[in-house]
Amino acid sequence: MTGRKLIMTFPVTETSHLLADYQARGGYQTLAKALREMRPEEITKEVVASGILGHGGAAFPAGRKWGVIKLNDEQPHFLCANADEGEPGTFKDRWILENAPHLLLESMLIAAYALQVRNAFVYIRGEFDLPYRRLAAAVEEAYAAGYFGERILGTDFACDIVIYRGAGSYVCGEASALITSIEGRKGYPRNRPPRLTVRGLYQRPTVINNVETLANVTAIVARGGEAFRTVGTAKSPGTQLVSISGHVQRPGVYEVEYGYPLAKFIYEDCGGVLGGGKLKCIVPGGISTKVLTAAEIETVTYDHVSLTAAGSGVGSGGMVVIAEGTCMVRLLQILLRFYHHESCGQCTPCREGMGWMHRIIDRIVAGEGRMDDIDQLVRISKANDGTTICGMGDAAGYATLGIIAKYRDEFEYYIEYKRSRLDGRLEVPQAEFAHG
Amino acid sequence: MKHLIPEFDAMRRRYPPGAESSLVLPCLRRIQEDRGYVADSDIAELAAYIPVPRIQVEEVLAHYTQYRRAPIGRWHLQVCHNLSCSMRGAEGALGHLQRKLGTEPGQTTADGRFTLSTAECLGSCGTAPVVMVNDAYHENMSPARIDALLQELAK
Repeated sequence: MTGRKLIMTFPVTETSHLLADYQARGGYQTLAKALREMRPEEITKEVVASGILGHGGAAFPAGRKWGVIKLNDEQPHFLCANADEGEPGTFKDRWILENAPHLLLESMLIAAYALQVRNAFVYIRGEFDLPYRRLAAAVEEAYAAGYFGERILGTDFACDIVIYRGAGSYVCGEASALITSIEGRKGYPRNRPPRLTVRGLYQRPTVINNVETLANVTAIVARGGEAFRTVGTAKSPGTQLVSISGHVQRPGVYEVEYGYPLAKFIYEDCGGVLGGGKLKCIVPGGISTKVLTAAEIETVTYDHVSLTAAGSGVGSGGMVVIAEGTCMVRLLQILLRFYHHESCGQCTPCREGMGWMHRIIDRIVAGEGRMDDIDQLVRISKANDGTTICGMGDAAGYATLGIIAKYRDEFEYYIEYKRSRLDGRLEVPQAEFAHG
Repeated sequence: MKHLIPEFDAMRRRYPPGAESSLVLPCLRRIQEDRGYVADSDIAELAAYIPVPRIQVEEVLAHYTQYRRAPIGRWHLQVCHNLSCSMRGAEGALGHLQRKLGTEPGQTTADGRFTLSTAECLGSCGTAPVVMVNDAYHENMSPARIDALLQELAK
């Protein structure tokens, strides 16, 4: 087992996502408690006390974000759940949307009450089909039961919700681009300040939290912030839904209590490398976090302090297991193709840099690389860092720098001999389609 | 587009006042569901209906990958070729589909039945490789499962 649970606390069945099952598990009782017994600012106080960090990738303290919202400032506030899950390797929010949509809705209602929000949004990526249908059905059920609309549970509290579907754009997972998208425009990130909690959607104060971050609000309010803190570590309270994939025996979504030993999680809980192979490295939290080698993870615990100390991060919780024998040059080619494809084109360093890096890696893989290309990739990565409105160009650089620092010899070999030392392998033999 | 206006009016009522501009994305999605793609006349009519500047609609169409300006095949097969899918057979799956359909990614079969595309991460990494068929995810795709899928779609 991977420690204590806050989200995956029930068996998934044919009906476990439905309102009746959720209510039978005690669902919407925390909302009732919040509306009847707590003032809005008391709820924010509990979220601050919980110390919960954002689960979307940036690990910003959610309570501090909420604390910026001024109550009774005579203007509308907005709340938005970020369900634009698109960081490669990440599929944890999908688990909540498909299996616990009412947990998200109850949490959003509590958050809306705390932040004086009349109109809430869920921004869900356009490709998600089942997650959308499950969430839309849950919204219908919740309206019919009186959890949304006017006079919720007989109180003065009123709240409406819109599920806003994206249309294919990675950058819209970035909070300011997400807002621009909900405003019906192309998803360009915005410069801060002003912060979105000061001037966000339609120029109004707006809180945007990741789906998993919000889903924890019910547990925080039910237990109290201090009690929530007893789960996890001092600096990383609570749990993380980790989605694990790649060359791993048992891929899927696991709830991991912060502080859990990383090697134990991979080798024991997830069954280790596919087909009994040896571990080469992992991507710990979405492809924008730096790879960690098998030797590096031995002493790491799964939490922000330990992963940061190891030179990487919790990121989005999207872990990818990479077996010994995998070609890191071709692996980086996939990542750079992706970043190039997703660059929105607003900032010059990213617009030009992503295409440049993609052309260089394509050239290397085609056997036409020059020895200086490795340093060129490093130079572009470093030069781009911090020069753009959003973090996408930086992320491509981190991924590149991490792989080149640890596997430079594979790049040198590829350029010198015009072929992969590892036959360009991306799959381990157990996969159904053997490459080549 | 005009026959969809009652639906758009209903949609409009769910947004707070002053948020009309938000209608661009959902209306375009509905138009595309209805027509199969977004035509020039739709752009002009939608911009006038909401109302928003016409360029805003054009920019949205260009920015987001899911919108189409031209018709495609009856079945749109999108193979995710990002990291986790590539590590679990996406290249083989794509090659298999190319041979079976006799078409390259980005092209439609001569009979207009199938359009083949590649896609970036669809969030199905734990059940890789994934092939999206119109709106639906088909996960853990092996050659045998692809053959069965094509047979089903050919009916």
